[in-house]
Amino acid sequence: MKMETRDIIICIALAIVTTNLIRVLPMVLIKGRIRHRYVRSFLYYVPYITLAVMTFPSIVQTTMSPLSGLVAFVVGVVAAWRGLGLFPVAAICCAIVYVMDFLLTLL
Amino acid sequence: MQPLMQRNDIFEGLRDGTPIALGYFAVAFSLGIIAKGAGLTAAMGFVSSFFTRASAGEYGVYTLIAVSAIYVEIIAMCLVTNLRYMLMSAALSQKIAPGTSWLHRILMACCITDEIFGISIAHRGYTPPAYTYSAALISTLFWASGCSAGIVAGGMLPASIVSALSVALYGMFLAIIMPPSRRDSNVLLAVVVSFVLSGLCAVAPLVCEWSGGTRTIVLTILISAIVAWLKPVDLDEDGDA
Repeated sequence: MKMETRDIIICIALAIVTTNLIRVLPMVLIKGRIRHRYVRSFLYYVPYITLAVMTFPSIVQTTMSPLSGLVAFVVGVVAAWRGLGLFPVAAICCAIVYVMDFLLTLL
Repeated sequence: MQPLMQRNDIFEGLRDGTPIALGYFAVAFSLGIIAKGAGLTAAMGFVSSFFTRASAGEYGVYTLIAVSAIYVEIIAMCLVTNLRYMLMSAALSQKIAPGTSWLHRILMACCITDEIFGISIAHRGYTPPAYTYSAALISTLFWASGCSAGIVAGGMLPASIVSALSVALYGMFLAIIMPPSRRDSNVLLAVVVSFVLSGLCAVAPLVCEWSGGTRTIVLTILISAIVAWLKPVDLDEDGDA
């Protein structure tokens, strides 16, 4: 049973409103600078930890073969550690997965 | 205090936003294939993606639409999959120069996605609104176009290409988190612990049932709380660590 167009539009509107409210509320509620040391430390670590958690193990789970995702992960870490930018690291990871997936099908 | 709209801020935003935009296009393309299955037209996919800009959140919503879920489920799904944006918004609020208008604060908050937040928070000193806006604009246009393209042409790309493109985003995440890890051993500790626990949670009994979104929320709060307690940071007045 597929949804009516009208219902799909309502769902999309709900998603847009909810998602953006989530983004805006903390920004509006937090007035000025946070002085509390623990809270500041917590917020300092949040972005790095979120991105790390989202990257692994998802990078291994989205590729056709887990092995190619794993190699892309390791090489990506090394490349980023050495200071390569967003685009080069992303391109290297893509290239590795493409080549590895191809090689693995030959085995 | 510098003016709000500076040309080099816009340039830097576009420069840093471009690789994100390319990665977004690829990811949104695969998202479009799912959206098509749920019955969305290319126009709906564009509008939905342009204003939502939430990969996991949109994925969740489209899968719900596909099974004709009720509205409450849509809202609950958005809350859970996008809860991390609350944390990011709170963190970004500390990177905005005092005296910045509420309109700019609200617009900057609306720009938050994982990647735009990542580069905004990594900006030295206070983050200029123009930087975030320009990076968000170019990446959002590619995100929305990618979703539409996926709806129109979904299934036409070979699986090997889709598989390769799917890691672009993760490569970008790594490029964002590794340089600070090299500078700050506490960040490195946090990142390594995150990799290990996240990997364990994906295979451990019970917790492996969690969706990627739930895992992200629980682990982010847990690990950040512990690391902040063990390794508190001294931040100077500019907000730089």
